[in-house]
Amino acid sequence: MAASLRCFLRSGKVGTFLVTVRDALNQAMDEELERDERVFLLGEEVAQYDGAYKVSRGLWKKYGDKRIIDTPISEMGFAGIAVGAAMAGLRPICEFMTFNFSMQAIDQVINSAAKTYYMSAGLQPVPIVFRGPNGASAGVAAQHSQCFAAWYAHCPGLKVVSPWNSEDARGLLKAAIRDDNPVVFLENELMYGVPFEMSDESQSKDFTIPIGKAKVERQGSHITLVSHSRFVGHCLDAAAVLAKEGVDCEVINLRTIRPMDVECIEGSVMKTNHLVTVEGGWPQFGIGAEICARIMEGPAFNFLDAPVTRVTGVDIPMPYAKILEENSLPQVKDIIFSVKKTLNV
Amino acid sequence: MKTMLAIISNALCRITGRSAGEQTVSELLIGLSEFVNLTSPPAAAAVPPQARRLPPKPPPAGGAAQLVSSRTDQTDRPGARVVASRSLSDFTPQATFDIKKCDVHRLEAGPPVRAELTREQGLQYYRTMQTVRRMELKADQLYKQKIIRGFCHLYDGQEACAAGIEAAINPSDHLITAYRAHGYTFTRGVSIREILAELTGRRGGVAKGKGGSMHMYAPHFYGGNGIVGAQVPLGAGIALACQYQGNNQICVTLYGDGAANQGQLFETFNMAALWKLPCIFVCENNKYGMGTSVERASASTDYYKRGDFIPGLRVDGMDVLCVREAAKFAADHCRAGKGPIIMELQTYRYHGHSMSDPGVSYRTREEIQEVRSKSDPISLLKERLLSNNMASVEELKEIDIQIRKEVEEAAQFATSDPEPPLEELCNHIFSNDPPLEVRGTNPWSKLKSIS
Repeated sequence: MAASLRCFLRSGKVGTFLVTVRDALNQAMDEELERDERVFLLGEEVAQYDGAYKVSRGLWKKYGDKRIIDTPISEMGFAGIAVGAAMAGLRPICEFMTFNFSMQAIDQVINSAAKTYYMSAGLQPVPIVFRGPNGASAGVAAQHSQCFAAWYAHCPGLKVVSPWNSEDARGLLKAAIRDDNPVVFLENELMYGVPFEMSDESQSKDFTIPIGKAKVERQGSHITLVSHSRFVGHCLDAAAVLAKEGVDCEVINLRTIRPMDVECIEGSVMKTNHLVTVEGGWPQFGIGAEICARIMEGPAFNFLDAPVTRVTGVDIPMPYAKILEENSLPQVKDIIFSVKKTLNV
Repeated sequence: MKTMLAIISNALCRITGRSAGEQTVSELLIGLSEFVNLTSPPAAAAVPPQARRLPPKPPPAGGAAQLVSSRTDQTDRPGARVVASRSLSDFTPQATFDIKKCDVHRLEAGPPVRAELTREQGLQYYRTMQTVRRMELKADQLYKQKIIRGFCHLYDGQEACAAGIEAAINPSDHLITAYRAHGYTFTRGVSIREILAELTGRRGGVAKGKGGSMHMYAPHFYGGNGIVGAQVPLGAGIALACQYQGNNQICVTLYGDGAANQGQLFETFNMAALWKLPCIFVCENNKYGMGTSVERASASTDYYKRGDFIPGLRVDGMDVLCVREAAKFAADHCRAGKGPIIMELQTYRYHGHSMSDPGVSYRTREEIQEVRSKSDPISLLKERLLSNNMASVEELKEIDIQIRKEVEEAAQFATSDPEPPLEELCNHIFSNDPPLEVRGTNPWSKLKSIS
């Protein structure tokens, strides 16, 4: 089913496919639903509407009412129901239409899901995935544009994952569903329609990407750029421009926010001596702030030739007008500017 | 009579050093019976034809003074010589009792108004309730000695709810409640010592000391939940899992009169009804949400009707048989695929909301005393058993003594067991994961976490 919807275009290279992030997520869920009877999906519009963003397209038709459940608009209620189902032996995927609405249910995510295994000293695991689009979209204004990466990543007991491309989406979602712990899976609405090449091996039904491991998307020697989700793409674009000016950037895709792969960043910084973090969220108490603190506490600090630079969203609620919205988020030119400032070129 | 009882109660309180009003006269006498031999005046029993023993002697004249007799003065006490030769065939094996009719909402009929009770069941319910009672009183004691810290929400007064529900469901059914959870932790199978050791924060506690009063778990028992109302969607989720797995199990999901106004309850009621989840929602209405009486908190105090489109029952929560019959009725309803049902149990807690609440600023001591003397669940059952010759005073006293001993031993364990080892501080963050490193309080402190 998902295969037939895949944007399938053989590029010049042998053994690669072009798949959108949406289809990668869809495929991953389809395969995991097939593999394990205990897996089911619930959320608003996930079944008969095929998903608010069509991520669950075709699944209800294939698996029916029992496995794909449309809920009323009751985030706190259905998130709690999902957690209870996980406690009683099922493996729910709980979709929030966007993570902004997860705030209604955040008590269930943190107090009922994240903390329970610890509070019960190992008696009660909670194998659940909370997924949905996170962060800014386009023109949806302040209440629908917040990034929750820092909020969830603050809490022990949760794993927080933020894929960028289709391979990330597929591998990390399968890993999240197979994980026996609560995983917050932060997607990005603007990435859903973006196609990426996927390797042959990523098509295996058992292809998973380990949670907690970052990926070096581009090797470089002058400066390290660390990012997650959509802004990894911005970093790569910036790196391409900078390469023409003789600045060689290493770009790291975090993939997982919590537990963060600090070793990967440290290893890179010890090589390049310069670090810039890039995120869509607000600066205060954010992902970049955490990376700065961790670098300072570790061996890489002594390898820094300049303080770490954070590139973040502007510290304001997201405005609506296009020009204002564009200038509220990191653009490629902001990354290029920050890199040059950090390198003092 | 009431004044007489109050005088006796106060006198006995002074003797035993407890504060007035906290316990019924019969409880105090039970407490004193460890030190002196006592008999409580046997009720004038309706002696069934098959009983062979003589009718009991009338109570001694002179009131309290004569009840407190010395050990040597044994020969004129009723039953003293009969104990050794009492045989089981003397007891009534089974009796049927009239129980209060339940108010119903959206139901054609309610639970039966007569309940059968065998001697074995009676003794078992007695034992369960008395154990919970003594365990909670022991927790009170330990808390006052500062051996238990933090939150401690005691269940004494509400024992019939836990005992009655457990009597009506199977061990394979599921149950989840809020923070006043020690009673259910016991009825769902956790030992007294594991409960008390969890309260005292020791490694032998059911959650190895990491959970405390509000976070105890057992198979098919999901705690113990600290956030008011959050357990209700969880319970519906457990019921969803039962339905999903087709195992004919149900989930009993408890909440209080305070939680009854939480929005997430109504979200849950909607989904449970929509999907016909096999969930019994039980509102333990003990008339006060912390310090706020039900009239001050709820526009409608008919909690059994608050589910609107969900059928409901209002049940006498101080009568274990009433609770049992209602819970059976509710369980059958769910298992028949009719969807959820709400049970409001009208009950009462003797203690305040928690150990930091004396419980008398928002209600009168007279009110508490009245419930103790007229509606105590253990006394109610005891009177039924005795007046129907289903058990003897001595037998029940023997059970009381055994329970005291068990609770005392458990408390011994709970106070002597060591605290959890510091090496295990960071364990149990994740399930089924390789060990990970956890940051300590400073960057040089790298701790280890094992699943």
